[in-house]
Amino acid sequence: MNEPGELPREDSVGYYRRMQAAVEELLILRGVFSAADVDRQVEAMEGRSHERGARMVARAWVDPAYKARMLADGSAAAAELGLEVGPLRLIVVENTPEAHNVVVCTLCSCYPRMLLGIPPEWYKSRAYRSRAVREPRAVLAEFGTHLAAGVRIRVHDSTADMRYMVLPLRPKGTDRWSEERLAALVTRDALIGVAQLPDVIESRASR
Amino acid sequence: MRGIHDLGGLPAGPVERDEHEYAQWEKRVDALMMLLSHKDRQLVKVDELRRNIEGLGADAYDRMGYYERWMHAIVQTLIQRGVISIDELGRKMAEQAGRGGSDR
Amino acid sequence: MGRTAKAAAPRFRSGDRVRVRAAHPPGHVRTPYYCRGHVGVVERVCGAFANPEELAYNRPGLPAQPLYRVRFQAVELWPDYREDPADVVEIEIYQHWLEGAS
Repeated sequence: MNEPGELPREDSVGYYRRMQAAVEELLILRGVFSAADVDRQVEAMEGRSHERGARMVARAWVDPAYKARMLADGSAAAAELGLEVGPLRLIVVENTPEAHNVVVCTLCSCYPRMLLGIPPEWYKSRAYRSRAVREPRAVLAEFGTHLAAGVRIRVHDSTADMRYMVLPLRPKGTDRWSEERLAALVTRDALIGVAQLPDVIESRASR
Repeated sequence: MRGIHDLGGLPAGPVERDEHEYAQWEKRVDALMMLLSHKDRQLVKVDELRRNIEGLGADAYDRMGYYERWMHAIVQTLIQRGVISIDELGRKMAEQAGRGGSDR
Repeated sequence: MGRTAKAAAPRFRSGDRVRVRAAHPPGHVRTPYYCRGHVGVVERVCGAFANPEELAYNRPGLPAQPLYRVRFQAVELWPDYREDPADVVEIEIYQHWLEGAS
C-alpha cells in the first residue's frame, strides 16, 4: 500500500515515462510540433559534446587577440567561430597561475548546454551543488585535482542569465601544435573547472 | 525559509561521479523542454518550470530523478497555462498504459 | 525592443561594495540563501534582464532589472572556511536584492 503521493520506485519511472509519451502525443496532435521536431532535437543534443567549447579554447590559446575578445564577450567569440549558440550569454573565465575557476549552479543545473551539451549527472547532484561553493578544494580533490600552493579559487554560481566556461591553462609541451590537436586535449571537466589539463611530455618513442 | 532546491553551503557527502547514458524517454523530456521554451513557441518559460520543481516537497525533490522532476514541471506548467487539460492528459496516459503496464 | 527601453537604471558600478538584503520571501527567488545579508564587491554589470520572480508566474517581469556579478570573499560567506583566505565566490544577483554598503 502506498503512502499518499508515493509510487513504488520501480513504477515511478514508468509513470513519468507514460506522462512524457502522453504529453508528446497530445502536443503533436495539436500541431505544436511534429514527431520529427522531437527526433531532431534529441539528435541535436546527442551530437553536442564539449567539442565546441574545446575549439574556442584552442583558438584562444593560439590567438591572444581572440582570447581577449572571448574574455570580453563569450557569446560573440563563439559566433565568430561559426558556433551557433542561440540566446546563450556566455562568460569565459580564465585560469591563470594565480587563480583557478570552478563553475556550479547551486539552485538547479544551469550549464552552457548549447555549447557543451548536456551536463554530467554529478554537476546536477546535491553533493556538488552544496559543496562546490563551501569547500571547493575538497570537491576538486575528489576529482583528483590538487591546486598548487598560492593558487586562489574563484567559484562561479550560475544563478541567473549568464552561463560559464573555464579557459584552462594551456598545457606545457604543446608549442607549435595545431588548433585541432590542442582542442583534442581539452576535457569537459576542465571546462567546468573540476580538472586541470596535464602537461604533455613527449616520450622518446613518440618523437 | 530556504527553498528545498537552494543547496549552496549545505552539508553533503562525496560527489558520485558515475555517468550513464540517458534513457530515450529522458532525452525526449529534454527535447520537450527545449521545444516548448523555444522563442518560436514560448509555451513554457524556464522560470515557470523551475518554480514548479521548487514547489515539490523536500522528500519528492530528493526521491525523484532529474528528468522526472522536469517532466512534472512541464506538465504542471502546461496545465497552469491551459495548454492541456488534466482530463485529456489522464485519458492519454491511460491509453498509454493500455499499451503496456499499469497507470498509477 | 520595448523590454530594453523599460529597463531600470543601474544603481551600481564595477568596484562598488554592495550588501545582499537579508530577506527570505517564499516563491521563485534566484538569490541564493547563503549570500543573503553578506557584503561583496560588484565584479561587473551584466545588463538588464526580466525579473525571474515574475517570469515564474508567466508575467513579463518588467521593468528589466540590472543584473550584477558580485564577488564575495569565501571567509566572509562561511564563518569556518578552511581553505585559502583569498578564495572567492562570484554570484549573479538582481539589482532589487542589493543595497549599497560602505
